[in-house]
Amino acid sequence: MSILDRPSSSGISGGGVSRRQAWGLFWLLVAALVAWLVFAVWPDWLNAILISKKAFVSAVLNGVTLAGLYFLVASGFTLIFGLMRNVNLAHGSLYLLGAYIGYEVANRTGYWLLGVAAGFIVLAAIGVVMQVVVFRRLEGDDLRQTLVSIGISIVAADLMLAVWAGGTYQIAVPEWLDGAVTLPVITAVRSNGASVFLTYPFYRIAVLAAAIVIGIGLWLMLNKTRVGMMIRAGVDDRAMLSASGVNVHAVFAIVFAVGAGLAGFAGVVGGSALSVAPGEDIRYLLASLVVVIVGGMGSISGAAIGALLIGLAEQLGLVYFPTYGVVLTFIIMVVTLAIRPQGIMGKSR
Amino acid sequence: MTMSLQSTPGATQPNWLDKIGAGHIFLGIALVLYPLVASDFFLTQIGGYSLIFGMLGLSLMMLAGYGGMVSLAQITVAGIAAYCIAIFGDNNSHLLGFGWPWWIAAPVAILIAAIASSLIGWISVRTEGIYTIMITLAIATATFYFAQQNYAIFNGHSGYAGVRAPAFWGVNWRDPKPFYYLCLGFSVLAYASILYGSRSTFGLTLQAIRDNPRRMRALGFNVTAHKVFAWFLAGITGGMAGVLLVWFNGRVSPGTIGVDAAIDVLIIAVIGGLRHPIGPFLGALVVVLMQTFAIDLVGAERFNTLIGLVFLVIVFISPDGILGLWAKFKPNFSQESLRPGL
Repeated sequence: MSILDRPSSSGISGGGVSRRQAWGLFWLLVAALVAWLVFAVWPDWLNAILISKKAFVSAVLNGVTLAGLYFLVASGFTLIFGLMRNVNLAHGSLYLLGAYIGYEVANRTGYWLLGVAAGFIVLAAIGVVMQVVVFRRLEGDDLRQTLVSIGISIVAADLMLAVWAGGTYQIAVPEWLDGAVTLPVITAVRSNGASVFLTYPFYRIAVLAAAIVIGIGLWLMLNKTRVGMMIRAGVDDRAMLSASGVNVHAVFAIVFAVGAGLAGFAGVVGGSALSVAPGEDIRYLLASLVVVIVGGMGSISGAAIGALLIGLAEQLGLVYFPTYGVVLTFIIMVVTLAIRPQGIMGKSR
Repeated sequence: MTMSLQSTPGATQPNWLDKIGAGHIFLGIALVLYPLVASDFFLTQIGGYSLIFGMLGLSLMMLAGYGGMVSLAQITVAGIAAYCIAIFGDNNSHLLGFGWPWWIAAPVAILIAAIASSLIGWISVRTEGIYTIMITLAIATATFYFAQQNYAIFNGHSGYAGVRAPAFWGVNWRDPKPFYYLCLGFSVLAYASILYGSRSTFGLTLQAIRDNPRRMRALGFNVTAHKVFAWFLAGITGGMAGVLLVWFNGRVSPGTIGVDAAIDVLIIAVIGGLRHPIGPFLGALVVVLMQTFAIDLVGAERFNTLIGLVFLVIVFISPDGILGLWAKFKPNFSQESLRPGL
């Protein structure tokens, strides 16, 4: 990702290869290795180490898809923090509420896309209300803002339990997204020479594609539009932005709307891929926390890298060390904090 | 000259009764005599429980109030001590259970909890301010999921059951009255040491670091070491609470250290007030009373909504919790306890 275009501060590093070239070579090798792992027919010793190619590639695909979901949730969280210094611990509740609303709308109208739209729009509206009614009153007091967001998450979780009870819901995926596709990935070769190809749910690939499109959209919005410019300026220096005549509160409201809306959107999309149940709010809150701690606060590309790391760690951990999977996530977080306390893409303040 | 020199110690060293303060003495007498009037239910479910959660809140108050580090991992620390008691002592879950006597198991459990707390502290002090709350929440949640998934050490979803409080000197310490006094004894110990410690060199240094870490670093203090040591001390308090908690419940499971419980500890400390060590005990009493009796008002179902709303109202109108409300209405009572600036 954007590690590639990191400026080469050291210039030529002795051996004639610049630091930038060395990194480029390194990433090229990594990409080649990944390509080989995915497309080649595995030798037996590798199958023996990694259980089977099917298990490994499925885990990687699941991890990347989950990363897409985590990215959608965490990008809102990181934007809100970066701009407003507001640790919104109710972010997981926004995800779950979006999922429930999407379920209701999709179930009643019969149109899944309508559910997705409702998840985004309703949660965006709720986000604006939260920002204007609650957080604006406590501006500049980040501890109290955090405490208030905890209070909101408790009340929200309890009220959602009251309305939707403790059951598990599954949002029905429309037909055109359902089914499985055969990927050009050979998992094994039968004794008669026929190759076995990997099949994977089409919906999950669509989720991943949507996450990538939204990620690019966010990047474009932040880097190419006027509002994005204001947001980036606000992340760097809020007071200066305000002094240059920008209505900071309008920018805040926009960011909160986008962040909360994305969480709601992710709720509907994730609720269709997985399931909707109480407790999911905590799971996605934890994911967003770890993703932004690892990736760096206030950075979209950091959220993408963090989500990829955590999603892969979670799914690979699930396959290879079932009862110690969480520890892997944990180790990533601790190592990041030990080496780069501000996160991989974070700026030190 | 000699006369004045001799009279000075008498003047500057007040009577020990004055030093403790009338409020503490009245409170102490009331708490010691409480079992005379209270039923067994009020003794353990209200009294003992409030004291245990007060101690947990106290460990958070110490970190937040004196160190400026708001932690959400205190229940995790207590849970580690509780799991240690179940693993080192006896349990009837047919897993581990080394059968150590309580006088080895309890100190070791508290020590392990304190070390775990130092590790959490060491991780979280690498960043500052609001990051601490995020990192500790992430640690608490991850530990909860780990305890739930792992069967080799934590016995997974069901956890450990059948943990018994010790019986010695002819007393079964799980009986209501002895257990209440046990909790009271530990609470007074923790409360008094934190009150004393806050005026010690270390306590004052910690508060100075809270107010201006850069200046303290420039003065040559090892800021990280002081903070991590504060985590160690908070870990001892939290560990004691964890040991009492597992003796009280007789069991420990991932639910004990869940995110709800972690947030409960924060709620207790914030509702009570983070400026003075008495706050968490006050908060614990309020929350435990609400937990017990609000069921009659709003029904068991919507209890969390009620407590969440109370919490929101408190955060909005009085950042210093009940102690802050008290200070608003009775300014002359607040002199010794309130320091400006968190």
